[in-house]
Amino acid sequence: MRLKRMAAIMAAGMLCAPQAQAQIEIQWWHSMGGQLGESLNELANKFNAEQKDYRIVTSYKGSYPESMTAAIAAFRAGQAPHLLQVFEVGTATMMAAKGAVKPVYQLMKEQGEPFDPKAYLPTVTGYYSDPQGNMLSLPFNSSTALFYIDRNKFKQAGLKPEPPRTWKELIAAAEKMKAAGQTCVYTTGWPSWVHVENFSAWHNLPIGTKQNGMAGLDTQFTINSPAHVKHVEMLADMAKRGLFTYAGRTNQADSRFASGECAMATISAGALGNIIKTGKTDWQISVLPYHDDVKGAPQNSVIGGASLWVMSGRKPEEYKGVAKFMSFLSRPEVQMDWHMKTGYVPITLAAFELTKKSGFYDKNPGRDMAVRQLTNKAPTENSKGLRFGNFVQGRTVIEEELEAAFAGRKTAKAALDDAVKRGNEILRQFEAANK
Amino acid sequence: MEKRVVFRSAWLPYALVAPQIAITLVFFFWPAAQALWYSFQLQDAFGLKTQFVGLQNFVTLFKDENYLASFRVTAVFSVLVAVIGLAAALVLALMADRVVRGAMGYKTLLIWPYAVAPAVAGVLYAFLFAPSIGIVTYALRRWFGIEWNWLLDGEQAMLLVVMAAVWNHVSYNFVFFLAGLQAIPRSLIEAAAIDGAGPARRFWTVVFPLLSPTTFFLLVINVVYAFFGTFGLIDATTQGGPGQDTQILVYKVYHDGVKAADLGGSSAQSVILMLIVIALTVAQFRFIERRVQY
Repeated sequence: MRLKRMAAIMAAGMLCAPQAQAQIEIQWWHSMGGQLGESLNELANKFNAEQKDYRIVTSYKGSYPESMTAAIAAFRAGQAPHLLQVFEVGTATMMAAKGAVKPVYQLMKEQGEPFDPKAYLPTVTGYYSDPQGNMLSLPFNSSTALFYIDRNKFKQAGLKPEPPRTWKELIAAAEKMKAAGQTCVYTTGWPSWVHVENFSAWHNLPIGTKQNGMAGLDTQFTINSPAHVKHVEMLADMAKRGLFTYAGRTNQADSRFASGECAMATISAGALGNIIKTGKTDWQISVLPYHDDVKGAPQNSVIGGASLWVMSGRKPEEYKGVAKFMSFLSRPEVQMDWHMKTGYVPITLAAFELTKKSGFYDKNPGRDMAVRQLTNKAPTENSKGLRFGNFVQGRTVIEEELEAAFAGRKTAKAALDDAVKRGNEILRQFEAANK
Repeated sequence: MEKRVVFRSAWLPYALVAPQIAITLVFFFWPAAQALWYSFQLQDAFGLKTQFVGLQNFVTLFKDENYLASFRVTAVFSVLVAVIGLAAALVLALMADRVVRGAMGYKTLLIWPYAVAPAVAGVLYAFLFAPSIGIVTYALRRWFGIEWNWLLDGEQAMLLVVMAAVWNHVSYNFVFFLAGLQAIPRSLIEAAAIDGAGPARRFWTVVFPLLSPTTFFLLVINVVYAFFGTFGLIDATTQGGPGQDTQILVYKVYHDGVKAADLGGSSAQSVILMLIVIALTVAQFRFIERRVQY
C-alpha cells in the first residue's frame, strides 16, 4: 500500500521533471519531527504529484519557537518563506504583525479560491479569527487536552475500570489506588494549557478580559478567580498527599503514562500514537474531568497545536499556488487521512463526518473524543480560544507560579495573584510595542 | 638593558594584527554595539514597529523582583561551579600527577568529558537523574531513601545543574592544573621534603603558591563559563525551573530573546550581563591578581 503510493509519487515526480523549470516553488517551514514530519511530507508530495504548476518545498526548522524565530529572522532579512507553521501561543504575535503576514481570508478572496469559514470546526476557527470572524491563518494540526486512564491500574485497585467524570470522583479513585500501592496516580502534561487554559474554557470561565484577549490588546488575565484558586489548591493538596505527580512543563507526562508508570493523565490528544506504540497500558480516553459545582461545566475545551500563516511580500503568482495548496489541505479526504495518521483532529466538519462514515471510530473507540470535547457545546466568549501577546513568556510565568504552588512554597491564591500580576506586565509590554 | 624587537616597517605590525582586530570588531564589538542599541528600543517581533524608549527596558527589569532574584541564583550557581570545579580538578590533577603506571590512560579519560557539548551533558544528566526513570534517582531512593524530584525541589534542581556544569568543565581545569603541576621544578619539592615538610605542608607552601597563576586564570575562565557557557545545559535540563530556581541571567536572556522574541528586554539584559562580567573580571584582576606569584 505504502510502496504503491510511493511508486505513484515517484512516477508523478518523473513526469513533472521536464517542466521543473517552469514550476513555481513554495517554501513551507514547519516543526513536525519524526513520524509527524513524514506524514506532513506525504501531504506535500501528494499535492506536488496531482498538479504541475507549483511545488511545495518543506523544511523542518526545529521546535515551534525555533521555527518561529527562524522565520522572524528570515523576514527581517527579506527572505521569509511563503508558509509558516506557528503554534497556538504565537498566534497573537503573528496577528499583530500586520505587514508581515497575509491573512488567509484575504488571500483566498484575492485568488478566487472557494473558502467558507463555516466549514471548519467552530472552536478551531474561533482561535484563528479576528473579532469580525475573518480567518487569519489556516488551522493545520489541532489537538486538545484529553483524559487518559489505564484500566489495568483501576482493576488492580479493585475499582471499576471507568474514567472518573468529575474531579471529586477522580480524587476518590486516586485515594483508593494510592492505598493499593500505586506510586504515580495522576499526572499532567502542559500545566498551563491543561489546568489554566483548558480548565477555564471547560468551566466557561474567562482567562482574560476582552474575550480572552481576542477583542483587544488591552486585555488582562483573570486566572486568579475563586474557581481557579480552588482548582490549583486542590492540585497542590493532591501533590502533597501523593495523589498528583508533577511531570514537567511540556509533554514529559506522555511517556510516564505510556510506560505504565502513572494510572491517570491529562495530556494531549496527540499523545495517543505514542501510547499505542508503547503498548504497555490498557488505555481508555475520556473527556477532561470537571467540577460539578461550577455552573455550566462542562462547556468545551480549547485547541492546541499549530496553524499555517502566509507571509507577505511574495509575488501574486506564488500566492496563487499557496491558495490552491490551502484548498487542497482543507479537502475532507486529505484531512481524514491526516487525522487518522497523526491523532490530530480533523479541522473541517465534513472531514469529521467522512471519518465517522468510514467506520474508523467504531474500530478505534475514543478517537473521536477530541472532536466531541471541542464541540461539546457552542463555544462562548470564554471558550472559543485565547489570544495574549508574548504568550510564550506568559505561559512560562504561569508555569513558574503553578510550580511554586504545587511545591507548597506559595499558596494557590498567592501564586495565581502573582501570575496575573506578572502576566499583565508582559501584556502591557506587548501592547506598547504593537500600538 | 631591555631587549626589544622593533619592526623596521611602519605598516607591517599593523597589517599583522589587523586580522585579529577585524575579527574582534566584527564578532564582538559590532554585536555588542547592536545589543546596546536594541536595549533602548521597544520593538515588535518582526521589527515592523520600533520605538525609542530610552532606559525604559532597564527600568522595567529592575522593577521586576523576579529579575532581581535571578541575580542571586546566578551568584550561587557561579560560585558553586567555580569553587567545586576548581577544587575537583585540582584534586584530580594532583592524583594524576602522582600516577606512574598508565598515566596516559588516566589523563585521557579525565580529559574526555570536555569533548561533550554542554547541551548534550545536560541531556545526559537529565536522563541519569530523571525523576521517574533515572538510574541515579532509582539508586538514591533504593539505598539512601532520598526522594529525588528536581521538577519541584529547587535545591535539588540547582544541585543537578551545578553537577552537570562542573562535570562538563572539570577536564578543562584539569588540563591546566596538570600542566601547572608538571612545570613546578622537582628540586623545590625535594628541597622542602629534605627540610622535613610533610606532603600537606609541601602542597600549601610550595605547590599551591606556584600554581597561583594557573588558578587565577582558571578562576576567570570558570566564572565566565558559569555566566555564559551554561545556558544550553540549563535548557536541556531544568529550563530555569522549578519556578525560577535555576534561572540564571544568561538563560533568561536566551529565553526572552530567542524563544519569546522580546528583543528589547533581552538586549537590555545582555547589556547588564556584559557589565557584570566586565566588572567581575576587572575586580579579579585588581584584587586577586595581587596575590598571584608569577
